[in-house]
Amino acid sequence: MKTGPSSVYVLAVLLLILGASLSIYRHVQFEVPWLPGEQRTIWSIEAKIEFDSQDAPVKASFATPDNQPGFERLSERTASPGFGLAFVDEGGARRAEWSIRQASGQQTLYYQVDMVAKPESLDGNQALPPALRLVSHTGPQAAAAKELLDRARSRSADAYTLARELINEFNTQAQLAQLLNHSQKRIVWLVDLLNQAGVPAREVLVLNLEDGRRRQSLTSVLQVFENDRYQLFNIDTAEQGRHPNQLIWQAHAGALLDLAGGSRSKVHFSIIKQEVPVSRVLREKNLSERNLLDFSVHSLPLEDQALFKGILLIPMGVMIVVFLRILVGIRTSGTFMPVLIAMAFIQTNLVPGLIGFSLIVGVGLVIRSYLSRHNLLLVARISAVIITVIILIAIFAILAYRLGLTEGLKITFFPMIILSWTIERISILWEEEGPSEVLTQVGGSLFVAVLAYAVMSNNLVRHLTFNFLGLQFVFMAVVLLCGNYTGYRLTELRRFKPFIGRPD
Amino acid sequence: MLAAVKKIWARTAYGQLANQGVLGMNRRNHSYIARYNPRHLYPLVDNKLKTKRLAEEYSVRVPKLVGAIENQHDIILLDSLVAKLQGFCIKPCKGSGGKGIIVITGRDARGFIKANGQVITAENLHRHISNILAGLFSLGGKPDIALIETLIHADERMTAFTYEGVPDLRVIVFCGFPVMAMMRLSCKASGGKANLHQGAVGVGIDIKTGAAVNAIQNGASIKVHPDTQQELSALQVPAWQELLELACGCYDMTGLGYLGVDLVLDRDLGPLLLELNARPGLSIQIANKAGLLPRLQAVEQLKKIERYSNLERVAFAREHFAAL
Repeated sequence: MKTGPSSVYVLAVLLLILGASLSIYRHVQFEVPWLPGEQRTIWSIEAKIEFDSQDAPVKASFATPDNQPGFERLSERTASPGFGLAFVDEGGARRAEWSIRQASGQQTLYYQVDMVAKPESLDGNQALPPALRLVSHTGPQAAAAKELLDRARSRSADAYTLARELINEFNTQAQLAQLLNHSQKRIVWLVDLLNQAGVPAREVLVLNLEDGRRRQSLTSVLQVFENDRYQLFNIDTAEQGRHPNQLIWQAHAGALLDLAGGSRSKVHFSIIKQEVPVSRVLREKNLSERNLLDFSVHSLPLEDQALFKGILLIPMGVMIVVFLRILVGIRTSGTFMPVLIAMAFIQTNLVPGLIGFSLIVGVGLVIRSYLSRHNLLLVARISAVIITVIILIAIFAILAYRLGLTEGLKITFFPMIILSWTIERISILWEEEGPSEVLTQVGGSLFVAVLAYAVMSNNLVRHLTFNFLGLQFVFMAVVLLCGNYTGYRLTELRRFKPFIGRPD
Repeated sequence: MLAAVKKIWARTAYGQLANQGVLGMNRRNHSYIARYNPRHLYPLVDNKLKTKRLAEEYSVRVPKLVGAIENQHDIILLDSLVAKLQGFCIKPCKGSGGKGIIVITGRDARGFIKANGQVITAENLHRHISNILAGLFSLGGKPDIALIETLIHADERMTAFTYEGVPDLRVIVFCGFPVMAMMRLSCKASGGKANLHQGAVGVGIDIKTGAAVNAIQNGASIKVHPDTQQELSALQVPAWQELLELACGCYDMTGLGYLGVDLVLDRDLGPLLLELNARPGLSIQIANKAGLLPRLQAVEQLKKIERYSNLERVAFAREHFAAL
């Protein structure tokens, strides 16, 4: 039934060899460096276009991002089985055009682009301004528009201040703004009015780049020109300027997606961030035919890669738990709860995460102690705690947002079911063993979580786990070896202190 | 070279523990519990009702079961069950570490009198049973059964050493051989409970003679009982041979190779089995100032271990596992 320890060692050694050779192969064959080194940030962005077609010829034209201050296009790929593909230039705008004679049912097209971040060129913000386009409006809306424009003009000095004041007018003159909104969207009015005032402006669609995001969509912002320089404006808050992570996806007129022969189209974006050595970026530029990164999980769509980026870190956290429990002997509440908490810390950052965790668990415990007076059955009690935790998270998120702490919104990243069990376990522990044991275990859990967070958010660790899938076998081998460790735990040295230093 | 490394290693804390054969948590779990305790036998010891039935089957003496309450609506039956009894004891069937146990020694107009002299009303006692049934004291919070047992009257030779509660004897039985023993004495700090991590006193007992070897409280050596001021080195367990035989019998009864047996010496009935534990703790080594490993390995090296009778096993242990 049971095999001896030696077979585990053999298995572990085999796994070690397998993992090491896979990793070395990747290093040699694909020249993936061991160390992150001097790096360029590459944003890989995947647009997933979905639509239904009705047995008719389909033509889909999709806007693609161009070189721009801050970003340079490195390479692009598409995946669209059965479709013909061409990149066409329409009045300076580059678009991907898919076509097919006949397609039925749901269709999915992928467009993927790698953009190198060049933050040093961001100050430039240069582009060719669009031609002024004068649209004449009539009726009460024309009068309302003129009034807004006049008020804004009187309080502005140049093109940028005019744009800012105009947006402020839209916000303060609610009634006029509402009247205008009836005929066309605010952004269109803004462009029209700025053009009327002789300021070149246009609507652009931008993508906010954040690592590991899925199902994102574009936001529309106002681009205002002064000579050949421009500024971006948020059309709701009048906030001016461009974040380094804001990629202009479409600057020219026209729809993001022009679809003939299809209906119910949806477009969403997945984003992944890669740190790549400079030398590779340079080489890729000359060889843009080949795939840039040779991801270990590269065959997957970007959407899933983004998921894997997090998943592949979990074994690292699990290994830390194994070390700390078997070799050190730290007691935690719930074996792998600290790893999940550490995953949440990665999303929330450490300090807001610790505060959020203490708040939820602390208040949860108070409420749980009230619940315990009602003598509920276990499943109902835990369910009540789960609901409590969710209410708490909602309240804290709203409170934090009201107080202007946007960090507080990230409290939703905490694993709620795990937190509920933690609260339940801690409160039972409190009743049975008293506060000191609770402190030991909660302190132990947080210590493990913080340590796991420190390792999992380390750049080198992230680089290695994502690029070398073979390392997972090494982790497996290490865990197997730990499973056979029968020596003393570090904390047992203290426990068995009476035995130490005794003369033989 | 290798010898030099070994020499340095032996001087480290790790090496010193290893030299004295102290059994660590990892080794206990990996080499003893996982290897000698088949999982499917755990319910025999985790469920006190099953243990009791098994014990009766094997003619092992246990405190007499007065009754078991399984459903909330049966709680009212308590009064008729204990009507004729002066004292009794209520415990959760799947409890551990003495949690949820209430000992009633008498009654008065207000209700029942607990062992520590406090009075508990009948209503509160019912609520306590309801909590037991809801799983408040059971492993994992599973629904449980409340057991009602006759009271144990500890032997007078033992009660002098304890403050409230019943002093019990923990014997580690490995493959039927009693390898180490410890007396557990409750005290004020432990709230009448006989658990070491709750502050009870542990007295290591020589397997050969049944006499005290060393005593600890909260991991540190002590000489006298903190409440009764009794000299602990004077402790001599009576009926030692009988107790060891009873402990060894529990191996034949359960089939668990690495077993913690909790026994008690009753004034009238003699040695009784209190409960069994498939994951006995390691503090017994500190109480005995001795490591478990040499004794466990001595048993592991015996050939044809199944041919040893109960008496032969006790004799072997008394001969080989004497305190230094």
